[in-house]
Amino acid sequence: MSSTTVQNDRPAAAPVRDPRPRTPQRRRHRSRTTIVASSITYAILVVLAVVYIMPFLIQLATSFKTDAEATANPVALIPQTFTTAAYQRLFLNSDFPVWFANSAVVTVFVTLGRVFFDSLAGYALARLHFRGRSVVFAALVAVMSVPMVVLLIPKFLVINQLGIYDSYTGMIVPLLADAAGVFIMKGFFESIPASVEEQARIDGAGTFRVFWSIVLPMARPALITIIILSFQGSWNELAHFIVSTQNPDLTTLTKGVAGLASGQLSQGSQYPLKLAAAAIMTIPVAVLFFIFQRRIMNSSDGAVKE
Amino acid sequence: MSATTSRSRRTGIRRGEAASGWVFTAPVVLLLGVFLVVPVLMALWVSFSDWGGRGSPFSSDVHFVGLKNYSTLLGGGGLAEQDFGMSLKNNAWYVVLVVPIQTAVALGLAVLVNRAILRGRGFFRTAFYFPSVTSSVAITVLWLFLFSTSGAVNKVLSWFGIHGPNWFNDPRGIIHNLLAAFGVTQGPAALTQNTALGVSWWDWLGGPSVAMSAYIIMAIFTTSGTFMLLFIAALQNLGGDVTEAAMMDGANGWQRFWRITLPQLRPTLFTVLTLGLIGCWQVFDQIYTGTQGAPGKTTLTPAFLSYQTSFVNQEWGQGAAIAFILFVIIVLFTLFQRWVLRERAVSKRRMRLYQPALAAGTAAGGAPSSVPSSTDDSDRKGALR
Repeated sequence: MSSTTVQNDRPAAAPVRDPRPRTPQRRRHRSRTTIVASSITYAILVVLAVVYIMPFLIQLATSFKTDAEATANPVALIPQTFTTAAYQRLFLNSDFPVWFANSAVVTVFVTLGRVFFDSLAGYALARLHFRGRSVVFAALVAVMSVPMVVLLIPKFLVINQLGIYDSYTGMIVPLLADAAGVFIMKGFFESIPASVEEQARIDGAGTFRVFWSIVLPMARPALITIIILSFQGSWNELAHFIVSTQNPDLTTLTKGVAGLASGQLSQGSQYPLKLAAAAIMTIPVAVLFFIFQRRIMNSSDGAVKE
Repeated sequence: MSATTSRSRRTGIRRGEAASGWVFTAPVVLLLGVFLVVPVLMALWVSFSDWGGRGSPFSSDVHFVGLKNYSTLLGGGGLAEQDFGMSLKNNAWYVVLVVPIQTAVALGLAVLVNRAILRGRGFFRTAFYFPSVTSSVAITVLWLFLFSTSGAVNKVLSWFGIHGPNWFNDPRGIIHNLLAAFGVTQGPAALTQNTALGVSWWDWLGGPSVAMSAYIIMAIFTTSGTFMLLFIAALQNLGGDVTEAAMMDGANGWQRFWRITLPQLRPTLFTVLTLGLIGCWQVFDQIYTGTQGAPGKTTLTPAFLSYQTSFVNQEWGQGAAIAFILFVIIVLFTLFQRWVLRERAVSKRRMRLYQPALAAGTAAGGAPSSVPSSTDDSDRKGALR
């Protein structure tokens, strides 16, 4: 232990100019500085939290303002004249409901598909012995390193070639390919003891049976991670829908609102309308976030946003 | 021996595993093959062809043109080269500013939130993470409002007597602006006369435009929360023992952070920097939603330019070539960064820092050779146990 102390303190203690003895006085001094330090910490955190939250509050407030007030008084959090005109216009007089429905359809199918395929493949890579497993694994690693933006044009080429341009198939199926999810599931299945499955196998259950009724129910935490990532990923996806569709009936929220931002629906700036649209498209992800908050916060797997 | 085990595998409880292994992985392999590998190969072909976007890129009237698309971009002397140079310049500044700042902010937030004494930790964590869950489209729409001429940001600035710029319509580079404040409005001839990729050196060094700076602030705002979570997870995994030992030895908070905590966070730091770097070269959604390259092409990024060149200008070969150059840039940067952050015994700069300590150590009769090894945190941990 003593040698450790010697090793440790040298780099750390060298610049200390005032090595005061540790007397009770010093301790009292320290606790006073702790109080000061923690109040400073709080002050900084509160200021930062205001900076991080304020834009969203302003967004919400502005969506209930009139166009003129949004420009005249952009910071005020309480509208002088409260109006739901923006929301009425979005839901009654625009394609917004269609966009919302399309996003919902795509998100539901992509999430379900990813949960199923990712866990299947993850289980096979973690547990099943088969020739070529390491090749599949290496291929997944290689594929994961391809930046998504590079695939913009390539994806269009294939979707076009397969004749699924401007269809739900073209919007959903390519998004089902998800190497990262397979990795998360593989990692989770490796952490489950194999003895449970072996028992079932001895009792004569087939591989799929073992997977479906024994392993999968145990994998709930990992499945929730996949659900969060897939939901967020497909709900917020933009680039893929730009290259896979053209038909206005297939416009998703992201694509529609992006069009709105560059002024398709509007004369003038119409900030309340745009901000209302952006606020509504945030709600489903926000709800998901608050439901699974603890899980998101505690797993670094679920934290990476692409 | 191996024959018997493999036979027993097939006949025993592991019967049928090989087949189901392939069946289970087939959907994912097929999907990734069709929508990732095949597309990349197709695009590679297109980048070497003169395909105009009509019909199949494999039809007989599409010709192989060699490196023509690439040479147009990298030395054609035309508008294509100039746009590509401009997009590289814009994105390079974006990377240079966003990656370090977002990493520092994320680390700072993590350290603040992770304070043991802190109450309301959950609230602060939620507040800082929330921007990360929203879509880039929604955030961009919000940003266009906040940073408009009469928007909230300029309003707040006006409270402090600052007249804010017309953010998303201001193409001036911020370093040019800074120099102009000192009366320098014209660069030296050496910089203005010579160009790289159709953009003069003076413009390369001009910094991101004011418009791009708004995007930079947005990127820091939205991604710092994500990376904060990674840092918090890493901080919670650190044993308190090393820090405690340093505390006993009289290291103050600042020293403990720089000399004890930070070196132990190295793997996470590496992850965050890599993810940041890869992400920052792929700016697309924001530009598409917001400025579409304007003002003065100062918010053009390679990713957006690749899209625009292909889908708007129908120059598919060039668009694909831009995508592949971008791919190479991302790979090179990742490798370079891996090289910079590689594990080293002790760097020269660090060694210099330890010189006084070394001298003190020898004077006190300690063994100086043990000092360098103490910078390696695994060694340090091992020594403690």
